[in-house]
Amino acid sequence: MNIALIALVPALPALGAAATLATGRRAPGWTKPLAVLPVLTAAVLALVVAVQLGTGRTLDAATRLTPTGGPDISLAVHLDGYTSLISVLVGLVACCVQIYSTAYLKTDPRYPSYAALVSLFTAAMLLVVYSGDLVVLLVGWEVMGICSYFLIGHHWETADARSASLKAFLVTKLGDVPFLFGIFVLAADAHSFRITQVLGAAGHGQLHHPTLAALLLLAGVAGKSAQFPLHTWLPDAMAGPTPVSALIHAATMVAAGIYLVARLLPVFLLSGAALVVLAVIAAVTMIGSALAALAQDDIKRVLAYSTVGQLGYMAGALASGDRQAAVFHLVSHGAFKALLFLSAGVLIHAAHTNSLTAMSGLPGLRARVPDARWTLGIGLVALVGLPPFAGFFSKEAVLTAAEKAAAGAALTNGVGPASAVPTAAGWIVLLAGSLTALLTAVYATRLWLLAFPAKAIARRGGTAPEPGAPYSPELDEADPGQAEPAAMRWPLWVLAVPAIGFGVAGLNPDWLPALLDGGSLRPSANTWVIGTGLAVAGVLVCWATWRTVSTRSGAAADPGRALLGRLFGPARQGFGLDRLYSLLFVRPALGAAALVRFLDREVVEGYVQGSGGAARLLGWLVRRSQSGNAQTYLSALLAASVLIAVFVAVGA
Amino acid sequence: MTGFLLAAAGPLDAAPRGFLSPTGVEIVFVLVGLAVLGAAVVSVTTRQLVHAALWLVVALGGLAVEFLLLTAEFVAWVQVLIYLGSVVVLVLFGLMLTRAPIGRSPDADSKNRWVALGVALAAAATLVTLVVDAFRTSWIDLGAGGGSTAVTGASLFRHWVLPFEALSVLLLAALVGAIVISRTGSGKAKPRPGKLTTRQER
Amino acid sequence: MHLLYPAVLAALLFCVGVYGVLARRNAVLLLMSVELMLNAVNLNLIAFDAWLRDALHAGQALTLFAITVAAAEIGLGLAIVLLVFRTRGTADVDRITALGDRAAEVPAQPTEPAADPAPKGQAVS
Repeated sequence: MNIALIALVPALPALGAAATLATGRRAPGWTKPLAVLPVLTAAVLALVVAVQLGTGRTLDAATRLTPTGGPDISLAVHLDGYTSLISVLVGLVACCVQIYSTAYLKTDPRYPSYAALVSLFTAAMLLVVYSGDLVVLLVGWEVMGICSYFLIGHHWETADARSASLKAFLVTKLGDVPFLFGIFVLAADAHSFRITQVLGAAGHGQLHHPTLAALLLLAGVAGKSAQFPLHTWLPDAMAGPTPVSALIHAATMVAAGIYLVARLLPVFLLSGAALVVLAVIAAVTMIGSALAALAQDDIKRVLAYSTVGQLGYMAGALASGDRQAAVFHLVSHGAFKALLFLSAGVLIHAAHTNSLTAMSGLPGLRARVPDARWTLGIGLVALVGLPPFAGFFSKEAVLTAAEKAAAGAALTNGVGPASAVPTAAGWIVLLAGSLTALLTAVYATRLWLLAFPAKAIARRGGTAPEPGAPYSPELDEADPGQAEPAAMRWPLWVLAVPAIGFGVAGLNPDWLPALLDGGSLRPSANTWVIGTGLAVAGVLVCWATWRTVSTRSGAAADPGRALLGRLFGPARQGFGLDRLYSLLFVRPALGAAALVRFLDREVVEGYVQGSGGAARLLGWLVRRSQSGNAQTYLSALLAASVLIAVFVAVGA
Repeated sequence: MTGFLLAAAGPLDAAPRGFLSPTGVEIVFVLVGLAVLGAAVVSVTTRQLVHAALWLVVALGGLAVEFLLLTAEFVAWVQVLIYLGSVVVLVLFGLMLTRAPIGRSPDADSKNRWVALGVALAAAATLVTLVVDAFRTSWIDLGAGGGSTAVTGASLFRHWVLPFEALSVLLLAALVGAIVISRTGSGKAKPRPGKLTTRQER
Repeated sequence: MHLLYPAVLAALLFCVGVYGVLARRNAVLLLMSVELMLNAVNLNLIAFDAWLRDALHAGQALTLFAITVAAAEIGLGLAIVLLVFRTRGTADVDRITALGDRAAEVPAQPTEPAADPAPKGQAVS
């Protein structure tokens, strides 16, 4: 296979980004083709590479640029089934986002820089996917971090966007520092940064500190993939434009963490403690985010919390030792979450508000955006996991993996021994996953009911939007009389196809599993019944509550409030985690900064000013002596000579 | 050093000479000395500028008497001639030419006077202490005629001719210099040092 | 005669001259004080000449020279004072401060004419 072809896949979007930035100001007409075409070409090339590679084969190539101290850093690519799958997903979602953005940000004056950053973001993610070297992977990882900072802060005129971008950057960086040290620990044990050699060392038992390395890596993964306790940046990141949210949530940034753990799963399998920690993190993330999603008013925040929860599923699958299921869920989630975000974007574009309460009061919204309504519905059903949508199969795969792990027969598919996975991890993931299946169904139903209330209720008029309801100020104020442009509609349908049908790929061992580790992705009968039953129960509970509440109040009411009861307030605030962080970290940091500022202003500057003032005073004194009066000079001269005479006389 | 000076002073008389038994010359010397000192002090402190010059005459005249007492006759007369005759007259001319006010002028002393007083007193204390310490026991054996015109002239023209002639050239140079400096009305551009703000066109 | 008498008188006279040089304002009085100092030195020369009984009479010769130099000095000095007086309109040494620091002098400049009333009315030459 031609290595240049592989190298082109991440290089093309990067070059496109550079070209877009270079020409954006002078030739705005070139921006759209320069934004879309390289990403499209890269997606096609990724597909070509995947097809050429075929199933069950891996490819490793490396070139050493220059010798470095310690373990060598090489430009290495590693291709296997996971790489093929995720690179194609990234290419597809990035294409859809770029095309969608041409319409969504049509009149935005900063569109060129935006498009360039999206391209660069895609390039960085493709680099992470293809890289066979941990340090090169880290480069892509960090470039993604800085791109997310810029993209989330796209509307930097608003304070929300500014603080959200800073928060995303700092929180992910907080995870990246341990991540870096984790890489160093791995490299120190394996004497190489090459992933294949690290995995080889793991296979031969040469890794001496697997738990330390795995826990350090987990911190970075929690940061990037928005797992508890570093998940708080993701809901705030909704301040960015909606296509960016789709890109971050569906295929790129948050997927990077899961992808990395999947690649390095043999290392994690060496440490049962790390797996249990991962399982606990996943469980807390799943349940907490589902409860929080149930209470949000901003449609994008609901989706953000649901992303956090679905990432929890993936992390749970990894904790159960089944990376196949994790990546399966990653891909199907990428498809339906991109769909959900893009259709939510259409909805916001049409309704001019992010607030679900306000949307429920808008008559005619359902007729105004038929495409978005249908695709949003498809996406929600996929999210809930009803058969035969994609989300059903992937979620069942996760639950099955957890069930097997709980039974002590984890589906590691030859990556490691099944006994490496503690049964506790399986149980934690299984229970939390089942509960989350119920909660997911509830909040998805709530979202649908609030966004598109039944005609009878909508006519009665919804409640007024709450004061201070969030609104992301897209500059493109669409004409309410016209339907959304085609570029915003047909990517929805493109994405709807995998959201509906991708799940079947896991049924036959010759299809998706053959591309990955082999083994089975078929749901087991127990979890099939439990998962689907809980989901249906959730839908019904929510619908019934909504019915009751709405009938009682006479208007479209929020079922989440009735269902959560006292938990509603804390859940809406994300369980006060932000406030806790502010208390624990932000305030002390600000206090320290104030102290430093005080020390700098009053003490250090005092010395500086003091030295200046002393010199000035001295100068003033010396200047006073330079009066030009000869008598004064003479007096000093004579006085000094008298003194000298006295000293000489006394001294002698 | 004191020992060397004592040895150089020649054989000392055996009889002790105390300060409590002054000779007649000493009494006269001290009295005239006090007068000189008083006149000098008045001369540097008086507020009347012309009086200061006149008190200077008294002081210099007194000094001439002291020279006489120290047997330097010729020098004493030169002192009277040069100082009292020419220098003081020059000073008086200078005062007049600079339009010094007749009568008391309140600002005859500069603001520096207290510093000046301190420095002068310190210098006096130091000098007197040193001098007293060094020459407490020295005695001048005054021989008559040590400074007569004949003796002085002989020594001057026997041993000091060359410096004497050089001095005459110096005097001539000073004379020419004084004339050049104080000459007025050349009309040519003269160097005018000093403050620009108070410069006056003449 | 004790050497102490002329020596102490000379020292005191010299210090009176020092005071005059440092305290007097008028340049001519300054020169007078310099004469006092020179005479104090002359007195010393005469006294030590008598004490040492110098065969060459170096003390007296030097006194004569000093008197001559003093005469030349006062002539030149007065010429300079006159020149200064003609160009500056004043013979006060503490007002001839052109070599002093400018900035320290500027604030004093405008107040000077006002603070200098009639008695020294020779400011206009």
